[in-house]
Amino acid sequence: MMMNSNPVVEQVERSPAQGWVRRVGRLAAPFIGLFLVLAIFTAIEPGSFPTVRNGQTIAVQTVVVGIGALGMCFVIVCGGIDLSIGSVIALASVAGAMTLDAGYGPTAAMAMAGGTGAFCGLINGGMVTALRIPPFIVTLGMLGIARGLAKLLAGNQRIAPPPESLGWLEGFVDKTPEIAWLLVAPAAWCLLATAILAGFVLRRTAFGVQVVAIGSSEPTARLCGVPVARTKILVYVLCGLGAGLAGAVTLGRLGVGDPTTAVGLELQIIAAVVIGGASLSGGEGGILGTMIGAFMLSCLSAGCTLAGIDNSIQEIIIGGIIVAAVTIDGLRQRRNR
Amino acid sequence: MPDAIPPYSAPLLAMCGVCKRYGGVQALRDVDLAVTPGEVHALVGENGAGKSTLMKVLSGVERLDAGTMKFAGRAWKPAGPVQARRAGVAMIHQELALAPHLSIAENIALGVEPRKFRGLGPLAPLDRRLMHSTASRVLTRLGHGGLDPARRTGDLPAATRQLIEIGRALASQATVMIMDEPTSSLGRHDADRLLEVVKKLRDEGLSIVYISHFLEEIRRIADRFTVLRDGRTVATAAIASSTDESLIELMTGRSAGAVFPARDRQPGEVILGIDQLVGCPTPSRASLEVRSGEIVGIAGLVGAGRTEFLRCIAGLDPTAAGAITIHGRQLDLKTSIRARMRKGLGFLSEDRKGEGLALSMSIAENLLLSNFKAVSKRGLLSNRRMQTAANQWIDRLAIRSGDPARAAQTLSGGNQQKIAIARLLHQDSTVLLLDEPTRGIDIGSKVQVYELLDGLARSGRGVVVSSGHLPELLGLCDRIAVMHRGVLGPARDVAECTEASLMSEAVLGSEAEVAA
Repeated sequence: MMMNSNPVVEQVERSPAQGWVRRVGRLAAPFIGLFLVLAIFTAIEPGSFPTVRNGQTIAVQTVVVGIGALGMCFVIVCGGIDLSIGSVIALASVAGAMTLDAGYGPTAAMAMAGGTGAFCGLINGGMVTALRIPPFIVTLGMLGIARGLAKLLAGNQRIAPPPESLGWLEGFVDKTPEIAWLLVAPAAWCLLATAILAGFVLRRTAFGVQVVAIGSSEPTARLCGVPVARTKILVYVLCGLGAGLAGAVTLGRLGVGDPTTAVGLELQIIAAVVIGGASLSGGEGGILGTMIGAFMLSCLSAGCTLAGIDNSIQEIIIGGIIVAAVTIDGLRQRRNR
Repeated sequence: MPDAIPPYSAPLLAMCGVCKRYGGVQALRDVDLAVTPGEVHALVGENGAGKSTLMKVLSGVERLDAGTMKFAGRAWKPAGPVQARRAGVAMIHQELALAPHLSIAENIALGVEPRKFRGLGPLAPLDRRLMHSTASRVLTRLGHGGLDPARRTGDLPAATRQLIEIGRALASQATVMIMDEPTSSLGRHDADRLLEVVKKLRDEGLSIVYISHFLEEIRRIADRFTVLRDGRTVATAAIASSTDESLIELMTGRSAGAVFPARDRQPGEVILGIDQLVGCPTPSRASLEVRSGEIVGIAGLVGAGRTEFLRCIAGLDPTAAGAITIHGRQLDLKTSIRARMRKGLGFLSEDRKGEGLALSMSIAENLLLSNFKAVSKRGLLSNRRMQTAANQWIDRLAIRSGDPARAAQTLSGGNQQKIAIARLLHQDSTVLLLDEPTRGIDIGSKVQVYELLDGLARSGRGVVVSSGHLPELLGLCDRIAVMHRGVLGPARDVAECTEASLMSEAVLGSEAEVAA
């Protein structure tokens, strides 16, 4: 029979082991980066960096970038980008603070913040799909709109709700949790749980596979009957929801709704996703890498603070890391071709 | 499906009097096609004869304007490609429709993923076990049972990716499969294996509509054929009853009109020499000499490597080996297109809108883009000189434009093409490489372009024209070489060429190659 598998051809195909090696290789870069950051700061600040206290600080800092990066990971894998996420975080924190100020509880404030973020995401997704405007432009517009709206609502100042109204939200993001065996803030555990859920959704559900398919080849996805518009909108809504929750966490940490918070945070969040192995041209990226990227960035910023490195230098370092990560991504893609 | 169907029984699929119009172009007129159960039906015709349009109508990508279609005894009105696939008519695309980042199993199930707890909607967990077993089952049917469905599709070679697409159609229980030039991107060995797969599917009772330019392939696997020409059905018959010559005649079947300039040009010395040129990935072997004062044609099917050949000479595509000589001076293979242009090489892209012109820029800017030096004064662009130079070219080439400051996109296709050619003249090209210079322009503009090229040759320039349209090459050129799967045959005097001889060389390869 002619149809028996032909040994000559099978040899040409790359073996499955090599594919596995590459997947590990993709995750190796963020792991090595994280290890380097930890090693460098442990060497510079041996007395204060590798401590439980500092670990607790880093864990809380990771929550805001991490929860934003989870949604951003979906957007980038889908072949899009969301530049508005920093502004949406600020808008959501203002909306949450106003809810508290109006006499509602912390749960309502969190729902309000999440809802505000999700609504911004819905607008982003709707504009991208219905009006066919590139996501870069749509979300750049939203970056300005959300920031301006936050300032307008807050009357250009911070909204400070009564401290006792924060309720459980304050303990949720407390560096040293009341329940000592938790070790780190409950919010950090929630982030971990959400990340596991997001990983499951991205890899193990039809929605997740379709997100990858759209980022990998949108015409193919359309041809195969994937609901492209609906999926894209949902992805931006998820990203907005993440931003809204990050806004609630920011509110909990600061105790006030600050319309000028999280300026430039979109860069850190995108950096976390890209460092984690995502490709800005879509189709590739993962939750585990994203989380490592987010963790690495908060280690970097905590370490810089401890070592007395100026904020401006931090920004330069993060900028450099983004360019390096995208360069590595470009090299990887060229080699794969 | 009933088993044991005699050949040529009642058609499973019948298209009757199908018409389709795109804007001003009548792509299909009264086309008939009938496919019986369990046959491989070849659909052949020249480029642009309407094969792909017909298949788009059949697979639900396009709606027909008039005519009827029947599938399995019922009226066939697919709402789209997805519905068509679910109902049993699946298209295997020329450009592979696979998401390279997804696994084999995920690609096969794309759009119809099996889920557990369906109540959860799109967020329901995938039934990965079912996805994998479905993928394994169809891969086994395709003779690739050993392939792991979890492999990333982007890592697979082209031939295997093609099988994944066929697998997707099998998984959706298709009874009619449309294959649009499935072997055009495959090597000979992989093409052979694919043909075996097609035969096996046919033997299992599937009907396959097989589009291909390669007559030897069609002869090997097809039971019957239908020839399309200029959007009409010109013949349907059993393949055994036809010869290669009769097929080629049916496909071409027309003579060149009196649209071409007289051919009493006097060729001079060789100004462009190409010796054993090898590009990455094509051409695999190409030699050609072009003399001043002559027009040399490059014939061949779409995808044979004509474009890549010209791009290699122009320095746009990487060259692995070989020698290029212009005006007696050999070029380094790494020479940039900029340096080659200074030596007199001019290249016209087949993709006028994407590459050939910057459509949003003005006519003048497009004309002068490659040589601003001539219209500059002390390093600054001189508006007056630009105006003068642009007007001069507009006059010389009789471009109907009005104002050179208008955007290039306001012009008709023919006038756009003249601007692209005028640019080559503005940069003082003496060797012109023109890829599909008359694509997408009307017959009147074509005649003007032919006259223009004739004039250029008469003024001592060497012109190379690549075209998929044989009558054009036969009418215009002094000599014609045929490209077949990356190998360029010898350039023959046009007096020795006929449409049939060129077509047979394009689909079968030159005898020289067979003998070697």
